[in-house]
Amino acid sequence: MTTVACDEKSYEKIIARNMIKAHILRAITIVAAVLTTLVLGFLVVYILVKGVPHLTPELFFWEYDSENVSMLPALINTLEITFLTLLLAIPCGIGAAIYLVEYANTKNCFIPVIRMTAETLTGIPSIVYGLFGMLFFNQFFGVSILSGALTLAIMVLPVIMRTTEEALVAVPKKYREGSFGLGAGKLRTIFCIVLPAALPGIFSGIVLSIGRIVGETAALIYTAGTVTKASNSLFNSGRTLAVHMYLLSKEGLNTDQAYATAVVLLVLVIVINFIAGRIVKGRQND
Amino acid sequence: MVKEKIMKAVFFATACISILAVGLICIFLFANGMPGIREIGLFKFLFGTTWRPGNGDYGILPMILGSLYVTAGAIIIGVPIGILTAAFLARFCPARWYPMIKTGVELMAGIPSVVYGFFGLVVLVPFVRNTIGGKGYSILTASILLGIMILPTIVNVSESAIRAVPKSYYEGSLALGATHERSVYRMVLPAAKSGIFAGVILGIGRAIGETMAVIMVAGNQPVMRAPNELLKGVCTLTANIVIEMGYAQDLHRKALIATGVVLFVFILIINISFSLVKRKVVSES
Repeated sequence: MTTVACDEKSYEKIIARNMIKAHILRAITIVAAVLTTLVLGFLVVYILVKGVPHLTPELFFWEYDSENVSMLPALINTLEITFLTLLLAIPCGIGAAIYLVEYANTKNCFIPVIRMTAETLTGIPSIVYGLFGMLFFNQFFGVSILSGALTLAIMVLPVIMRTTEEALVAVPKKYREGSFGLGAGKLRTIFCIVLPAALPGIFSGIVLSIGRIVGETAALIYTAGTVTKASNSLFNSGRTLAVHMYLLSKEGLNTDQAYATAVVLLVLVIVINFIAGRIVKGRQND
Repeated sequence: MVKEKIMKAVFFATACISILAVGLICIFLFANGMPGIREIGLFKFLFGTTWRPGNGDYGILPMILGSLYVTAGAIIIGVPIGILTAAFLARFCPARWYPMIKTGVELMAGIPSVVYGFFGLVVLVPFVRNTIGGKGYSILTASILLGIMILPTIVNVSESAIRAVPKSYYEGSLALGATHERSVYRMVLPAAKSGIFAGVILGIGRAIGETMAVIMVAGNQPVMRAPNELLKGVCTLTANIVIEMGYAQDLHRKALIATGVVLFVFILIINISFSLVKRKVVSES
């Protein structure tokens, strides 16, 4: 009897020790998660609190000068570059994804090469894109909005390609079979059946790309340049909002305005993320 | 039918754009960088310890080390927190909190690097200066900031790796009497280690390539630093290119482009190891 009691005791001890270990592990995990959330929360709240009071109407005047570092020209340039980049990247990205999903057969030796290069493009840092744009596109178009947009188009191409590909693969096979069965050709099937069904996924990829374009700096400094005017031609140089913000904080003279610019950038990114999240959620509910 | 053929060709052409882009990037970077390297001498360029373009000294070893230091620092800070957060999201998080935290992590991935850099400049730099010492613009500051910036990458990749582990592993461990925590950390995480490792490699790639945020907090002094000089400033490969490209001429400009080539080769090596690890993950599952 005594030995059994002793065993029970040591058994309880082991359980107690395991429970303590479990509690410690759980505590560490929760601390890490709280830390991650806190860092993000602190960053967002700090920038909003410090920046919102400096969002004066003067910052949205048409002209930039050293007295009033207006961000409106930069905002307009950002819109121009975003629009132009998407105009270049969306058709190419979607076309490439259509080829990969709908046309390519597995024996085609091009497919692994295309996938590999797309993956490589995803990993290249933005400064390398900037260097390439400076060496290549600037030769033809000079330091201009167009050079910047072309550089960024290569940068976001793999993003659009991948999300579109995923969206196309997710379209059920019976949609295509039904369409073929009704006598439609391949092209008609793709444009009238498959693409509309894949639209939400494609759209979320586009929204993600917009986020990257709006926040990009390193790839644009030497391709789109740092001119402070709103560009009225594709061949003029112009700084985007992110470049504007970098230069403001580098000069160190207009920290308040840099805060305000950070608020605008941050709000843009939050809105973009919200929209992307909504699209994904909508798709899951289908 | 002609239309079908034409469109097929068009789709094929768009698919080839990424091949074309990678080809052009390689050709133009190497064609513009190689003359500089040849003029300086490969060995002198890679292992030269002084960078003084005015005197004709073009050694990028200080910048290579600088990039390695801040990347290592970012890994030391970001990886443990990232993996633990991923474990929390995948196995501990109450369903009520999950969407909020997940959205937060995704938002972190979307915040532009200038905004991170600015945050580092106005919060982290003074914090390091006042609490730890030095001027604030330092290896340590850059490491902390990069550690924060690679968190979303590591959390997202690790979380999906952890979720991909078959449920039977966890259940088997529970059935043997292990606690929930022990099952997660002793069974599930080791089973997901290839996937987590892939996330870490991706994080390394992001940290080495990061430019704007590092420029704003690292101090940008292209001098040799020992690993224990955590509170001194460094210059990374990326930062040096952006800062000096604006006014560089002739050989100086070529040397900067060659720096880009070195960075590009680093990234290619990291990318290749990433896809090797990923292939391993696929073949394991």
